[in-house]
Amino acid sequence: MANTTIMIVGVGGQGTLLASRILGDLLMKQGYDVKISEVHGMSQRGGSVVTYVKFGDAVSSPTIEEGCADYILAFERCEAARWLPYLKKGGTLIAADQRIDPMPVITGAASYPENIFDTIRSLGVEPIVVDSVTLAEEAGSAKAANVVLIGALSRQFRFTQEAWEASIEAVVPEKFRELNLKAFRLGRESEKVKSDETYIMSS
Amino acid sequence: MLGNEAVARGLFEAGVKFISSYPGTPSTEITEYAATYDEMYAEWAPNEKVAVEAALGASIAGARSFAAMKHVGLNVAADPLFTSSYTGVNGGLLIAVADDQGMHSSQNEQDSRHYAIAAKLPMLEPSDSGECRDFAKAAYDLSEEFDTPVLLRLSTRVSHSQSAVELFDREERELLPYKKDMTKYVMMPGPARGRHVVVEERMQKLLAYAESCPFNRIEWNGEELGIITEGIAYEFVKEALGDKASVLKIGLMNPLPAQMIRDFAAKVKRLVIVEELDPVIEMQVRAMGIPCEGKELFTLRGEYTAEMIREKLLGEKPERLDYPEKIPPRPPVMCPGCPHRGLFYVLHKLNLTVFGDIGCYTLGASAPLSAMDTTICMGASVSAMHGFNKVRPENAAKSVAVIGDSTFIHSGITGLIDLCYNKGTSTLIVLDNRITGMTGHQQNPTTGYTLKMEPTPEVSIEALCEACGVKRIRVVDPYDLAETEKAVREEIAAEKPSVVISRRPCALLKGVKKGLPFRVKADICRSCKRCFQIGCPSIHMENGKAAVDDTLCVGCGLCAQMCPFGAIEATGKEEI
Repeated sequence: MANTTIMIVGVGGQGTLLASRILGDLLMKQGYDVKISEVHGMSQRGGSVVTYVKFGDAVSSPTIEEGCADYILAFERCEAARWLPYLKKGGTLIAADQRIDPMPVITGAASYPENIFDTIRSLGVEPIVVDSVTLAEEAGSAKAANVVLIGALSRQFRFTQEAWEASIEAVVPEKFRELNLKAFRLGRESEKVKSDETYIMSS
Repeated sequence: MLGNEAVARGLFEAGVKFISSYPGTPSTEITEYAATYDEMYAEWAPNEKVAVEAALGASIAGARSFAAMKHVGLNVAADPLFTSSYTGVNGGLLIAVADDQGMHSSQNEQDSRHYAIAAKLPMLEPSDSGECRDFAKAAYDLSEEFDTPVLLRLSTRVSHSQSAVELFDREERELLPYKKDMTKYVMMPGPARGRHVVVEERMQKLLAYAESCPFNRIEWNGEELGIITEGIAYEFVKEALGDKASVLKIGLMNPLPAQMIRDFAAKVKRLVIVEELDPVIEMQVRAMGIPCEGKELFTLRGEYTAEMIREKLLGEKPERLDYPEKIPPRPPVMCPGCPHRGLFYVLHKLNLTVFGDIGCYTLGASAPLSAMDTTICMGASVSAMHGFNKVRPENAAKSVAVIGDSTFIHSGITGLIDLCYNKGTSTLIVLDNRITGMTGHQQNPTTGYTLKMEPTPEVSIEALCEACGVKRIRVVDPYDLAETEKAVREEIAAEKPSVVISRRPCALLKGVKKGLPFRVKADICRSCKRCFQIGCPSIHMENGKAAVDDTLCVGCGLCAQMCPFGAIEATGKEEI
């Protein structure tokens, strides 16, 4: 089996690292060779961040190149557009319908692109758009939007719900466990995510 | 497990007793993970020079010892490093250095491999987390067998990638006996001349060892294409070429296995060296008279990718989608509630020349605060200001240096002593946020806690500055813009050296209570965007009026102080 590649992209502070750790825990427990590459330090302070997750029988490079990502899980609209060149032809884009203005937009030095998802559609990619903040607020806190997105991603794979929830429990601190499990289920089950059932991976 | 966690595991298994480091991305977590093992003593040192000296002392005392730092930290530690090559060790000594190809969180991307060659020390270079554990552990046998400190070179993608690691038990070790020996440990000219002979003999023995050591290996896949590679570049090569090339993987970077390289080169039709940053292997291979390709194909800058190698060597390029519009860049910014924001707004407003330093506050250079003129290295804010103002004395009343609490202790004190001793009149601002921020909240000598979170006496920044000769020392709260501005104005005007301590804990620090989020009264807001001048990521425009994102706002209240119409107010909303 060829390796499967997932990129988690977003804005520093949105919880992309936690999302990648849940994914890593799950994939390790499924017996895959897994590599995850993340970046710490300066870039984490509200900048554009990316985490690479690769799994399969044997993984070498921990990073993913342009045109090579099977999945991109974008935590923010403009980041979905920024990292789009990394999506493989026929790959899947799952994107949060959230807008966070970068500082150059706030200061007026740049403008935020309009109708990002329509533009992406015009390129032949049908994004799965998730209203992650609303669902997270429904679960109890907007901060759980990252785990809502993991829930949405989980629909793409055949791993059981129990396996995903066990990994959330393993990674998330106990006092936020219930909140995050609820957020995960909302992301996994919400009608707002069910745009297409045919993406389920057959490995 | 993370590469850094795997290094810590290797130390644990090797029976290491003493660890001293200074935090620096991407090396920091090695020491943090090591501190979770009760069997190992671990500490944060004030800087990398102290860390290496302390680790060498513990080694001389007979313990297996360790120090970790980032690439630029090794510059600070270079002095003890070069002489430790002469003294050798008693208990094994490993020094880890993490390079930052691509400068994800650094001010340069120097290649640390040059240090191994210059200091005549063996250097191991792992490619993944499994090798991080293996090499860190094996380094101690190498260190003790050859009586030498060993360097372990990491990089962002090795340190901060996770892959599977096999775990073993700790081998507990007694301290080796300490024997007084001035010919080995007192490096004045006479004994040092003797030790230089030992160093050169050791390099010869290591050269022989390199040919058969377990760290270098060849993976044969035909004769058409042969690659010599190391570290993270090996993973990119494997990803890109798979079984299309034979690979000589170098794990012992210094010294290189000359005969192994000659034999490999003789068997392949085309030889390519794939190494990030400088042509360290390539220059040595060329010096052996072996024809090869390297930097004419691959860049001297940044990180490599499998795609780059595939394109250069196989001529393959994947299809890619391009988003047709310009996407605004998203540079890192100070967090909402960051105590540095208020101070930098004041510096921006007063239009001062600002000599910056290394830490989160370097972000004060970005728009809209744009309040920084220089950033060089740890500690260079105060010393560069001193030099600048000595040749432009009128600038002393129009400039400040800014430095964080941890950076001040690291190497800012010596600059302040220079300023006071040599009759400077400049102003230093110490940004005391009660923690080492950028690297992810490490304790330091000013915070009152050790790495293992034991309470300890804190170094008083005020007393320290006073002892350097500063008479004008004052403390301000950077959340109070008026008070901060007044203090800065008065101190730059004073014709004496002065220190302003801008003190408030990092907004992300555990235990720091978040305030209630603020909100904009849209009917009062006149859209003047004055609140935008502080560069807070939680303020944006909504339907033509300023708005505060209440999921981000921590209620610092700076924006309310900016608004001339009183349109921004605290809310009664409870924190989630």
